[in-house]
Order: sequence, then C-alpha cells, then structure tokens
Amino acid sequence: MITSIWAWLRDPAHWSGADGIPTRLAEHLGYTAIVMVLAAAIALPLGLYVGHSGRARWLITAANAARAVPTLGLLFALSLWLGPKLSGDLAFSAPSIIVLVLLAIPPLLAGAYAGVEAVDPAARDAAKGMGMQPAQVLRSVELPVALPLLLSGVRAALLQVIATATIAAYVGLGGLGRYLIDGLATGDYAATAGGALLVAGLALAADLLLAALTRAVVSPGLTGKYRGADGVDIPGRTDVAFER
Amino acid sequence: MTWIQDHLGLIGSLAVRHAVLAGIPLLLGLVVSLPLGWLAHRYRRLAPVALAGTGLLYTIPSLALFILMPLLLGTKILNPINVVAAMTIYTIALLVRTVVDGLDSVPKDVDAAALAMGLTGLRRLLGVQLPLAIPVIAAGLRVAAVSNVSIVSVASIIGVSQLGDLLVDGYNRDIPGALWAGIIGCLALALLFDIVIQVVARLLTPWRASTKPAAAGAPA
Repeated sequence: MITSIWAWLRDPAHWSGADGIPTRLAEHLGYTAIVMVLAAAIALPLGLYVGHSGRARWLITAANAARAVPTLGLLFALSLWLGPKLSGDLAFSAPSIIVLVLLAIPPLLAGAYAGVEAVDPAARDAAKGMGMQPAQVLRSVELPVALPLLLSGVRAALLQVIATATIAAYVGLGGLGRYLIDGLATGDYAATAGGALLVAGLALAADLLLAALTRAVVSPGLTGKYRGADGVDIPGRTDVAFER
Repeated sequence: MTWIQDHLGLIGSLAVRHAVLAGIPLLLGLVVSLPLGWLAHRYRRLAPVALAGTGLLYTIPSLALFILMPLLLGTKILNPINVVAAMTIYTIALLVRTVVDGLDSVPKDVDAAALAMGLTGLRRLLGVQLPLAIPVIAAGLRVAAVSNVSIVSVASIIGVSQLGDLLVDGYNRDIPGALWAGIIGCLALALLFDIVIQVVARLLTPWRASTKPAAAGAPA
C-alpha cells in the first residue's frame, strides 16, 4: 500500500499539467490567500474595534455560536443555492470562496477581540497618561500586546481554510482536494492517500511557518525573552479554539 | 418539511450513529488526556513537548486524516473505526491543554491544605485537584464536543454513514429537505452534547450550584 502511494507521488506524470501537483498546490495556495485576505479585511478591524471599545460584544458570541453549523452543510447549502445563479467556473468557485471566508471570520474575530481585551488596563491608562490619542493607543500599545492572540486566531483560521478548501473539491473547487475526492470516486486509494499526505504536509508547513512568523514579530517584552526590572506581567500563550 | 416528516426513522438512526461516532472519541479522548495532562502539569518540562505534539496532530485536515487512518491502523477505508480513531486524536489534541489549564487553575492554598491534611499522590489528585479542575475541563470538553459533531459529518465523503449522509444526499440529489435535516440534526446534536456536559459538570461540582458559572477557560 505504502509503496503504491510512494509510486503515485513520484510518478513524473503527476508533476506536470493541469492536474499536476504543482498546479493543484498553486490553486490551493491561491484560494487560501484570497480567502485569508478577504476574511482578515472584514474580521480583524471588527475584532480590534470590539475589543478596543467594548461595544457590540454580541458579535463575538454570535460568531462563536455560528461555528456549530456543520462546515459540510454550509458548503453544500450555499453551492446548491448560489451555484445555478452563476455561470462558468464562478459557479463552482464563488460559493466555496464565500463559505471559506465565513468560516475564517470567527477565529480571526475572536483572536483580535481576545487579544485587545486581554491588554492590562494599567498599560492602556499609562499610554493615555502619556498623552496618546485613542488611535495611537490602539496602534502602539493594544495592537502589539494583542499580537500573540491575534496571530493564534490567524493560525486557527488558516488551518481551517486549508482543511475546508480540501473538502470543497467535492463541490467542484480545484486544489489538492481534487486528488482526495476524485481518488475516492474512482477507488484509487494510492491517489487518495497521496493527496491526503500532500494536504497534511501543506497544513503542517503552514502551521510551522505561522509559528515562526509569530516568534519573529511578537515583541520580546511579551515573550519573556526580556523582562522589565519590575517583572512585567507576561500573559501566557493562549490559543483560540478552532475546528475544521 | 414534508421530506423531514417522511424520513424521521432514517434521520433518527443516522443521528444515533452520529452521536456514537462523535461521543465515543470524546470519552476515549478524555480518558487519554487526563493522565497526559496530569504528566504535563506535574513535570513542567514535558508541557511544551506534550502541547506542541498534540497541537500538530490537530493541524491535519479531517478528510486527510480519515483517509490516512487505514495506513496507520491497517483497517479498510469504510471501517467506522477510522473515524473514531481520527476523532479521538482531535479530542486529545484539544483536551490535553485543557487538562493542564484545569489542574493549573486549582488554588495553591487549597492544594497545600490537602497536602497538610496528609493527602498525597493519587488521593490528592482524585480527591482535590481533579474535582476543582472540572469546570475548566468541562469547558474544553464542550469545545471538543461541538467540534467533533461538525467534523464527523465529513466522514460521509469517505462513505462512513451518519447525519452527514443527509448533507451529501441533499446536495447530490438536490433535496433541500435532506440538506436542512442534516444541518438541523447536527446543530441539535451539538446542543444536546453541550447540555449533557454542562449538566454532568454541574452534578459533579455541587459546591458551585449557587455561584455564578466559572469564567475561567470558557470557550474563546
């Protein structure tokens, strides 16, 4: 079994053309990038606003409750409803992209909100006392302190999108999911498992990349690499729960 | 609506299968996570390794993990064991951190008082630490339960039947009734799991009955 999967992965025929691994990988990365940019543009400012102002907290609760809706159901319902209204490739890709954006919003929103919410009120007051304007407080104090939690929300959303984009191959989206869905449909276990290995590898690589990014951009004042003389309180690493 | 009324028997039997496929991993995951979490809590150096290791498992997409399970277990692809094993892995990935957080949340003075009263090792763990950690562990369990119910529906794509079948059938054969039945069924099941966990947690921690629910560890 393992040898047939290995043979499938190594077969040069699977490394070129429209159904080749590089093309499918590029598609998968492309969808993921579009979805993450769209979702972040909606959710991050909203989360920062709710955390900063303390207003409209129901948004966070509503977004979290919406996560109980099964991903598969959301994907199928939207494809069935929206698909016939669109033409060409858009009929397959647009519903999937919308669902992926909807799924990426709750973890991004929760991460940004929880990050700003967790900022020590004393730090906020100190910034105000130094004469900072509200926008400056958000940019120079709240955002850097919120970054670890915000990025853990980004990580959750990213993994969710990579995973669900795989499933979206069932409703006609391209990407690595094609190998899994088409392999299952034709009973080709080597292709199915080969595709599954590629998807798992992509998810792990994305996770490690984001962990490295977090390490690089989070202020040393927060990570414990640097401690002030008065022993600045360092918030522990908390993850935003997510599902796929 | 008429589709749902005509197929109540089918929906019911699929819901039972769904509850089993999502519920058993929850129990298995808890049984494995308790000692793992305790080890990570007790021997601090193990914590980063245990948390990073289980965290990585959770990154593997569900459809990929379902498909790869036969390679690890030597089972057939249609065997429901694949789904139970994969869901158990996800549950452990979520719960180990929760158990560590729960045990960390036990007030130091209470722990010291128990030790001073002569409670050691297992008796202190089972008699004092674990009961006090229940609110946090239950909160984590609720997150895992909702997540499990949603993920299990994906198993229909590899041919393991449960409520997800209604979603797949509804989509393939364009039956909105079936699709709705699947979505509502999943939501109802997630709600049911949530209520059961909260009730059991309440019963196990009678001293909290009159106070407000614990805020610590509530799902983010």
